[in-house]
Amino acid sequence: MTAPPAATPAAPALVLDGVAKSFGPVVALRSGSLTLRPGSIHALIGENGAGKSTLVKIIAGLYQRDAGTFEYLGEPVDFGTTAESKGAGIAVIYQEPTLFPDLSVTENVFMGRQPTLSLGRIDKRAMRAEVVALFEQLGVHVDPDRPTRGLSIADQQLVEIAKAMSLDAKVLVMDEPTAALSGVEVERLFGVARALRDEGRALLFISHRFDEVFDLCDTVTVMRDGEYISTSAIADTTVDRLVREMVGRDVTDLFPKTVAPVGDVLLEVEGLTRTGVFHDVSFEVRAGEIVALAGLVGAGRSEIARAAFGVDPYDAGTVTVAGRRLAGGDPAAAMRQGLALIPEDRRRQGAVLDSGIARNVTLTIRDRLTRAGVLTSAAENASAREWAARFEVRAPSLDTLAGTLSGGNQQKVVIAKWLATEPRVLIVDEPTRGIDVGTKSEVHRLLSDLAGQGLAILMISSELPEVLGMADRVLVVHEGRITANLTREEATPEAVMYAATHDVEVAR
Amino acid sequence: MTLTDAPDRAATSSLGARALALVKQREVGVLAAFILVVAVTTAKNPNFLFSNDGFRDLLVTPSLLMLIAVGQAMVIITRNVDLSVGSVMGLTAYLVGTVFVDMPWLPWPLVFLIGLAFGGLLGLINGAIVAFAKVPSLVVTLGTLYAFRGINVMWTGSDRINASDMPRDFLDLGTSAIWRIPIITIIALVVLAAAGWYMTTQRGGREFYAMGSDPDAATLYGLNVRRRLITAFVVSGALAGLAGVLYAARYGTVNSQVGSGYELQAVGAAVIGGVAIFGGSGTVFGAAIGAFLLMTINRSLPVLGVQDFWQQAVVGALIIGAIVLDSLAARRQERTLAKERERSHG
Repeated sequence: MTAPPAATPAAPALVLDGVAKSFGPVVALRSGSLTLRPGSIHALIGENGAGKSTLVKIIAGLYQRDAGTFEYLGEPVDFGTTAESKGAGIAVIYQEPTLFPDLSVTENVFMGRQPTLSLGRIDKRAMRAEVVALFEQLGVHVDPDRPTRGLSIADQQLVEIAKAMSLDAKVLVMDEPTAALSGVEVERLFGVARALRDEGRALLFISHRFDEVFDLCDTVTVMRDGEYISTSAIADTTVDRLVREMVGRDVTDLFPKTVAPVGDVLLEVEGLTRTGVFHDVSFEVRAGEIVALAGLVGAGRSEIARAAFGVDPYDAGTVTVAGRRLAGGDPAAAMRQGLALIPEDRRRQGAVLDSGIARNVTLTIRDRLTRAGVLTSAAENASAREWAARFEVRAPSLDTLAGTLSGGNQQKVVIAKWLATEPRVLIVDEPTRGIDVGTKSEVHRLLSDLAGQGLAILMISSELPEVLGMADRVLVVHEGRITANLTREEATPEAVMYAATHDVEVAR
Repeated sequence: MTLTDAPDRAATSSLGARALALVKQREVGVLAAFILVVAVTTAKNPNFLFSNDGFRDLLVTPSLLMLIAVGQAMVIITRNVDLSVGSVMGLTAYLVGTVFVDMPWLPWPLVFLIGLAFGGLLGLINGAIVAFAKVPSLVVTLGTLYAFRGINVMWTGSDRINASDMPRDFLDLGTSAIWRIPIITIIALVVLAAAGWYMTTQRGGREFYAMGSDPDAATLYGLNVRRRLITAFVVSGALAGLAGVLYAARYGTVNSQVGSGYELQAVGAAVIGGVAIFGGSGTVFGAAIGAFLLMTINRSLPVLGVQDFWQQAVVGALIIGAIVLDSLAARRQERTLAKERERSHG
C-alpha cells in the first residue's frame, strides 16, 4: 500500500449525507453517508443487507433517494437515470457484470455513446482502436471482436473497467468486483485500480474480504442495518475493530432456539456437485436440529438447497432423506419422501398471491383432500382453518387473498402450506427476509417449535444474528464450497464472517 | 491471469471463429436451401423459373412477406414480437383503396406516404402500450391483432375494393419491372438495404440488439429503452402498412381479410433466417432470405405434387428445426462457459 497522497486532502469528488431509501414498507437504507476524494481508494464494508448496494444504486442514478443530500464535484445533484450519472463521469461496475452477451467486446464498451461519422454512422474503426489501446494499457488479452458471451468473469470485469476508463470517469464504483476472481486476477485488477487512483480518480471499492480492503484501500467506511457507522483511515483501524462495527450488536439472545433432543439423521447430502455452481458439498441434518447454511449472497447456498430438493439438476453426489436415496431432479419424489423447500422469493415462488389463504395452504395436499376427484371448499377450509389457527395467521377470513397479507403472515401461510405435507425435513431459504422485526421472532419461534417436534430443519440465512440465534450448527458456504462446520459454541460472528470470506477448507 | 492466458485465448478465438462461422452458415445455408428448392422445382416444371410469370411470381410473392419480416426481425431483436402486422397490413390496404374511391383526384404516389404513416401510427399504438403500460408485447399485439382486424371487418363488411376503383398507374406497379426485376421487389430490396444499414451502422440499431441481449443491462447502461422500443414497433407497423399498399397494387382487390396469417409467417421467416426468438442476435437479411424460402416452399410443394397437409408440416418442421438449431448452439456455448469458469477456479 502506498501512503495516501498529498498532505492537504483534495476537495471531495462525491459526498452523500443522510441518504435514505425505502421500497414500500421495507427500509433498504436508513441513513447512508459517504465522502469520496480524488486520488483515493475508499472501501465500503458491511454485512449482507447493510445497504451498500442500495447506496451504490443511488450513486448510479438507478434508484432515487427519498431523503438526504448528494453532492458531486461540489454541486448538489439528482440523477434521474443511469445515463445522467454516467454523463457526469460516474462509472459503476456492478457485482455481476452487466454486458450484452450477443454483442462484441468493442460494442459493449461503447454502447449508447459510440463515436459517429457523417449520417450518424458508427465509427467502428475508431472504437476498435480505442479498445485496443485501453486493453494494452490494462494489460488485457481479450479479442475486441469476440462476443462477450463465454468470457470468464474476470475478463468481463476487465471489459467493464475498460468501459469506465473510456468514459474518463472521475468516480469509479466497484461493487464486489473480486467475488468471482482468482488470486492472479485480483492482483491484476488491483494494479489497474491503483493506476486509476494515481491518475487522480476517486474509487469506491466494496468487498467482503478484509485482506483486500487492507491491501488496496486507504480509507474505509462501515455500514450496518442501512446506516452509516464509521469512516476511518485504513492505517488507524484493525480487522477486529471493523468486524465489531459491522456486527455491532449483541446477537446471542435475539432469537433463542429452544434445545430439542437430537435424533436420527434425516437429511444427508454427500459430495453434491454442480459444475460451476457448487462443489463437493456434504452435510447432514438430524431430527430436532436446525442447521444454518450461512455465507454471502451468491455463495451458492440457495443453489445447493434447490439441487437437494430436485428443482435444479446436479452433476455428482447423493441426497438421502430418512435413509432413502432420492433420485435427482424430481421434486415430487422429494416431497413424497418428506422433504419440503420453502423458497427465498416468497412472492414469486412460494405463495399464490391471487388465491385465498385456504387455497394456498391446501395447495400441496390437494390429492389427499380430494374425494372422488372433487375438491370441495369445505374440505379445503377445514384443513386450512386448523393450520391458520396453529400459526396465528392474522387475516379477516380464509378467503383473504394471500397477496394482501403482510410479509410475515404471507410467510406463515407458505410455511403452513409445506407443513401440510407433513414433511420430516424442512429447508427454508431466508425465512424472514423483508419481514418486520416483531413478526420475525414469531417465525423464529415457529421454526424452533417445529424442530422441537422432531423435524430436521435446514435454514439458509444471510442475517448473521438469525444464524447465530437459531442454529444448532452453522455450515458456512464460500464460493460454492463449505468452508466451515461450526457448533453453536464455535459460531461467533467473527468465525462465521471469516469462513464466509476465505477460501480455506476447515476440517470437518 | 498470465497462467490462464494461453488456453483462454485459444478458447476465445476458436469460439469466436465458430460463432462467426455459425452466423455466416445460417444466412448462407438458408440461401442455399432457397436455391435448392428453386432448382428442384424447376427441374420438375421449368415454368417455375423460366416462364415470364414464373420468374415474376418467384420474386414478387415473397416481397410482401419480406417487408413484414424485416420489420418483425427488428422487433424480435429487441426481445419483443409484433403479432398485429397482418391486421395492420389489411387495414392499411383497405384504407388505401378507400382513399382511391373517395379522393380519386389525389396523386397516386401520395398513397405510399399515407400507407406508411397509417401503419406507423398503428405501430405507435402497439409500441406505446408496450413501453408505457409495461405489458408484454405478445399480449398487446395479440390484442391489436384482433382489434385492428375487427375494425377492418366492421368498416369493410362484405364490401371490397376492386381494381376498377384504383388508378391504372398504381396497378401497373404490381406488374411492371425494370430489367425483369419487378418494381415491388425493388422497393422491398431498397427497404431491406435501408433497414440493414440502420441495424449495423446506427446507434439506434445497435441498441436494439443490446436491449434484446440483456434488457436489465440496457437500463443500467442508461440506454433510452422506451424510445427504441417504440421506434421498433413504429417501423414494423410502417413496413406492414407499406406491404398493405403494395398488396393493393399487386392484387387489385382488397377485402376485409387481407394479410391475415402474415404475422406468423413473418415470425417464421425471421426465425428460419436466424433471428433469435429471445432477441439480441440475427439480421434483417436473414429474415428476408427466410421470407423468400418460406414463400417459395409454399409455392413449390404443390408443383412437386406434395399434398396440402404435408405442405404445412414441412413449413412447421423448418421452423422447429431452426429453433432447435439455435438452442443447441446456445446450450453448447453455455457448457463452454461453465467449463471455463470451473477452470479459472482451479
